[in-house]
Amino acid sequence: MPLIKIRDLHFYRGDRAIFEGVNIDIHRGKITAIMGPSGTGKTTLLRLIGGQLRPDKGTIEVDGQDVHKLSHRDLYELRKRMGMLFQSGALLTDLTVFENVAFPIREHTQLPESMVRDLVLIKLQAVGLRGAHDLMPNELSGGMARRVALARAMTLDPMMIMYDEPFTGQDPISMGTLVNLIHKMNDAMDLTSVIVSHDVAETSEIADHIYLLSAGKVIEQGSPVQLKRSTSQWVQQFMQGLPDGPVPFHYPGNTLEQDLLERKDAV
Amino acid sequence: MIETIRSLGRWGLGSFERLGRGHLFLVKILMGIPELFLRFSLVIQQLYSVGVLSVFLIIIAGLFVGMVLGLQGYNTLVDFGAEESLGVMVSLSLVRELGPVVSALLFAGRAGSALTAEIGLMKSTEQLSGMEMMAVDPIRRIMAPRFIAGLISMPLLAAIFSAVGIYGGFLVGHGLLGVDDGAFWSQMQVKTDWYGDILNGVLKSVVFGVVITWIALFEGYDATPTSEGVGRATTRTVVHSAFAILGLDFILTALMFGG
Ligand SMILES: Nc1ncnc2c1ncn2[C@@H]1O[C@H](COP(=O)(O)OP(=O)(O)O)[C@@H](O)[C@H]1O
Ligand SMILES: [Mg+2]
Repeated sequence: MPLIKIRDLHFYRGDRAIFEGVNIDIHRGKITAIMGPSGTGKTTLLRLIGGQLRPDKGTIEVDGQDVHKLSHRDLYELRKRMGMLFQSGALLTDLTVFENVAFPIREHTQLPESMVRDLVLIKLQAVGLRGAHDLMPNELSGGMARRVALARAMTLDPMMIMYDEPFTGQDPISMGTLVNLIHKMNDAMDLTSVIVSHDVAETSEIADHIYLLSAGKVIEQGSPVQLKRSTSQWVQQFMQGLPDGPVPFHYPGNTLEQDLLERKDAV
Repeated sequence: MIETIRSLGRWGLGSFERLGRGHLFLVKILMGIPELFLRFSLVIQQLYSVGVLSVFLIIIAGLFVGMVLGLQGYNTLVDFGAEESLGVMVSLSLVRELGPVVSALLFAGRAGSALTAEIGLMKSTEQLSGMEMMAVDPIRRIMAPRFIAGLISMPLLAAIFSAVGIYGGFLVGHGLLGVDDGAFWSQMQVKTDWYGDILNGVLKSVVFGVVITWIALFEGYDATPTSEGVGRATTRTVVHSAFAILGLDFILTALMFGG
């Protein structure tokens, strides 16, 4: 049975459809990537899975529980077992790196200080930032902040981690570090990983399965190899990063002539 | 024309919806208060940043308001040969009205705006969302302690304001204008009523504390998560708090002293 089961998901922002009938299965122990152009609703999907947003139609089950039918308390219990890495890292700016990683432990357990310390240092060691435990979040680079956030997401030993655009805006070295970390964590800790991204190369390197989203629907899914071999023009355009193709360069609207003429009429 | 009516309607609906959200927010905060007794250290931290950091401003403002009251009061009273009553005049003005109201206005500008900016920034940097995903409810962890801190700080600050103000009035009245100090203090003690004046003043400032902190927290929590949005929310906190303080002060005064 998949860990996350999304069925017939519909979600609207005002009149605009973000999702119209999305079905996704995320299997245990695997790295599943959800890809698509910016603005397709990848972040929105993670928030729906985490229960921060409510679907207009359809269901999302995590570990057999319908996320949006849970009581407040049960939802919070479930979230203790879901880690999420926000695009910005979302570290608490008034706490040190150490206190940020210790935060979930202090909030959810009554462990003695010496054990909190050991746990935090082990997690920071795993992301290579034990030496940085005294720094404040504003003293970290973007890549370091994401690694601290990763350490923090791991502290409660969750069953899964969701990564929102982990590679965006990273230099090649920290990109490589993050790719390795995500892969290593997934295997070493028996995690289920969900990566949301539009970085094709890095993501296909580690993903076991990829879903491609566009215009509110899953338009293709399969292993990275299968997707690269896909005959769909859209998939080829996205996987190879071609500027124009079935996905138009222009945002839909009037033709250029119409806009220019209208302008002239108005003057 | 139709468009005007339509936008008026939209604005009206929007305002009511926001009012509704604000009240739900308050209810959630109130439900989070009981567990704070187990983690009172969270409140202590906030008492410092909400209350203690406002003390200096309150003392300076109280001193000057009191001194001005002393000057103005003396000029009026001396015409009736009643300058001995300066103490009563200063203390009643401060304890009943100026203490709660002026300190509340200052509190809204100092602590209220800071709260809105802090919460709005936490929202726009996804810290609140991040907390939710760590299974920590930001309303209980972040809002409730600040709410209690505001509620406790406001009456204490108003008391400090009034006390310093009375002393300021005394400095001017006795030191500068030569009012008899015995008369100043004894008349004040006789004419200032514990229940009628002091308790009512304290009650006012508790109400103001609740309203200001509520507005400040909600504006931050509801802010558009951009730097511009947080800036606008901060302004709204100060403006809405000022209206709320002045309006409520009239109502409370009418109820307490009107009869
Ligand atoms: N709070 C919001 N209010 C209204 N629209 C939003 C909000 N958040 C996101 N959107 C819209 O929803 C769409 C999907 O956003 P998002 O999930 O962030 O896309 P992605 O992460 O794939 O880039 C975007 O077009 C965005 O404009
Ligand atoms: Mg996104």
